[in-house]
Amino acid sequence: MSDTHANTVAYVRETMLPQVAPPASSTGPVGWARENLFSGWFNTVVTVISLAIIAWILIGIVPWILSPTWGATSLSECREILTAAGSVGEHGTSGACWGVIRERWVQLLFGFYPSDLYWRPILSFVLMGVALAPVLFADRVPSQLIWFSAAFPFIFPWLLWGGTIWGPLAVAAGFVIGYYVFRILGAATSNLIGLVVGVLAAVIWWLFLSGYVVDALASVLPLGIEEVPSRNFGGFMLSITIGVVAIACSLPLGIVLALGRQSDLMIVKYICIGFIEFIRGVPLITLLFVASTLLNIFMPPGTNFDIILRVLIMVTLFAAAYMAEVVRGGLAALPKGQYEGADSLGLDYWQAQRLVIMPQALKISIPGIVSTFIGVFKDTTLVSIIGLLDPLGLSNAIRADSNWNGIVWELYGFIAVVFFIFCFSMSRYSMYLERKLRTGHK
Amino acid sequence: MKKSVLFGALTVAGLAATAAAAGTLDDVKARGKLNCGVATGVPGFATPDANGVWNGFDVAVCRAVAAAVLSDPMAVEFVPTTGKTRFTALASGEIDMLARNTTWTFSRDVDLKFTFVGVNYYDGQGFMVPKELGVSSAKDLDGATVCIQTGTTTELNLADYFRINNMSYEPVPIETNAEAQQQYLAGACDVYTTDASGLAATRATFEDPSAHVLLPEIISKEPLGPLVRHGDDEWGDVVRWSLNALIAAEELGVSSANIAELSKGTDNPEINRMLGTEGTLGEMLGLDAEWAKRAIMAGGNYGEVFAKNIGENTPIGLARGLNAQWKDGGLQYAPPFR
Repeated sequence: MSDTHANTVAYVRETMLPQVAPPASSTGPVGWARENLFSGWFNTVVTVISLAIIAWILIGIVPWILSPTWGATSLSECREILTAAGSVGEHGTSGACWGVIRERWVQLLFGFYPSDLYWRPILSFVLMGVALAPVLFADRVPSQLIWFSAAFPFIFPWLLWGGTIWGPLAVAAGFVIGYYVFRILGAATSNLIGLVVGVLAAVIWWLFLSGYVVDALASVLPLGIEEVPSRNFGGFMLSITIGVVAIACSLPLGIVLALGRQSDLMIVKYICIGFIEFIRGVPLITLLFVASTLLNIFMPPGTNFDIILRVLIMVTLFAAAYMAEVVRGGLAALPKGQYEGADSLGLDYWQAQRLVIMPQALKISIPGIVSTFIGVFKDTTLVSIIGLLDPLGLSNAIRADSNWNGIVWELYGFIAVVFFIFCFSMSRYSMYLERKLRTGHK
Repeated sequence: MKKSVLFGALTVAGLAATAAAAGTLDDVKARGKLNCGVATGVPGFATPDANGVWNGFDVAVCRAVAAAVLSDPMAVEFVPTTGKTRFTALASGEIDMLARNTTWTFSRDVDLKFTFVGVNYYDGQGFMVPKELGVSSAKDLDGATVCIQTGTTTELNLADYFRINNMSYEPVPIETNAEAQQQYLAGACDVYTTDASGLAATRATFEDPSAHVLLPEIISKEPLGPLVRHGDDEWGDVVRWSLNALIAAEELGVSSANIAELSKGTDNPEINRMLGTEGTLGEMLGLDAEWAKRAIMAGGNYGEVFAKNIGENTPIGLARGLNAQWKDGGLQYAPPFR
């Protein structure tokens, strides 16, 4: 210790002070508010104005929401209840009429699905959660569960539409046939020939043979559950079915298209470019009209090509084109060294894609992919325009009931809340996934 | 490979295709269900209730046809159609008949190749205004802002009417009836115009219906009726005479209350022919003798169907007006059952 200070200052502390807690004004809610809401005069003004606006909105909305009309059976009864409760504004009674939700929420969820069979959609959506778990939370569930995920695409439609068990089994058999043809021929000749013949064999099985086999098996051993026609599908069940199928099918299809677009094979490349640009250049509603009206005219009269299936195909193709461009963005963001690195390891094209390129490209594109998913899910409401009773279509049908004619906000509000729950969950999941996969590159 | 799932499913669907070559009547009988196109929701005309059972004035026509052909008024698959999809659904064979408050016009009949088998409701375009505006005639509407649904014949009718009367107006285009109600009540437009039946249904939902008046002018003819495809006259006859049976039943005093009594035989030969106790009318149609009896029992005669769904005792509260029997000064006039 030098005595320099002795000449300049009177007193120098020679021991450390004990640590004390930060002042109350900089911790807890107060500190948070000071730091985030009132850190300067501008910030303070903005905070006060924002709070005033929020309060103003809540004062308007909350009394409207807290309306004692849950038990009402018609709009006029709602109005009587509200008049009795004294909530009468200058434009007549003010308050929501929740009776419509109480009476119709089941219909908004399930459409016209037979009520004694509600367990089937519920079970299939629960099972969907189980099947998705190995895909979404791979590190937290046993890996054998992936076999159930593979079987689920066949269980799902069977549970929803019902019918004989042999139908989905025959579709699954097509994959098995195709796979074995590919294995046997691929080993005997070349992979390419095996692939082409395998796909052909599966297609021939599906198109020409499976129908007879299913009929024969169903007549010998009629195992099945009650069939539910597509016309009875509606409400959120319909939206979720279309959304989930489109989401699940569009990602692999989009990856293939994105790879095809970057391919060196000219024909493949131009087919992919043509497909992507055509689909992206056409509004979804146009494709839905094609599905609902034009296809009917092209097909032989009397052909019963299920309307929901037509919509599923169109929405999937639409989503796949957008997905392809999102994935292509991820591919373009990868440094060229990654491709060259994979090549230098001696990996062939598919190995390189699977082990090196795709894991990185998909990770980069997660926000874009999930955005596309959310967009597709919300786009499913467009099917109300072609006469399918999705939640928005049903809200119109409910309003046609003379008890509920004139109700707008309650129905749209309910639908909006349910959609928000789904879309927000998807968005949170994507953020969780991004955090989990963040392996450097900061 | 996911693509193949689609192909597979497509195949299954394709195999479900039925070979349709026979007439629609045979198809319907073989299927055991009548595919009937209705609206996705028009108050009083076609509405599903909380259990998904369809009711309404147009729906009653479907049920009558199903009762006549299949002996079961509930054997109907209702296919909700929108204004944009209804005609292709019928033309492509997805539905057997369309009962969706569709206006009978020249081009729909001739150019689109449909057969309108009759008129179950004579409608016309009207105007609704708030009472406080003090307007008593549509002729006073010069310079008004008008809420109007886009892409419908009402839009064209309105333009015609204002041009003929040398008046000007400002259109407020809207998409759906629900939107129109909100806009009109919020004062975004002075006048709301659509079919008079729709106006009455809309006004009935207002908190204070007496504060709004329907103007006396009806500016267009909107004969609404069921239709079938061109070229299958046997099926067209079945639908036409099922509707006529309802109308004639009212004229002849046959109702769901007394039909059991009357079908034992009466002194009126026309009732006997219609209910199948005399003659072979049912056989000529390709149906059994009691077809008309079942059609009437499905929901009652025309007057009963009207009263139950859209009549003056319902919230919609439409008067018979043009839809009264011809004897009462209306236009409903069924050809004789002979």
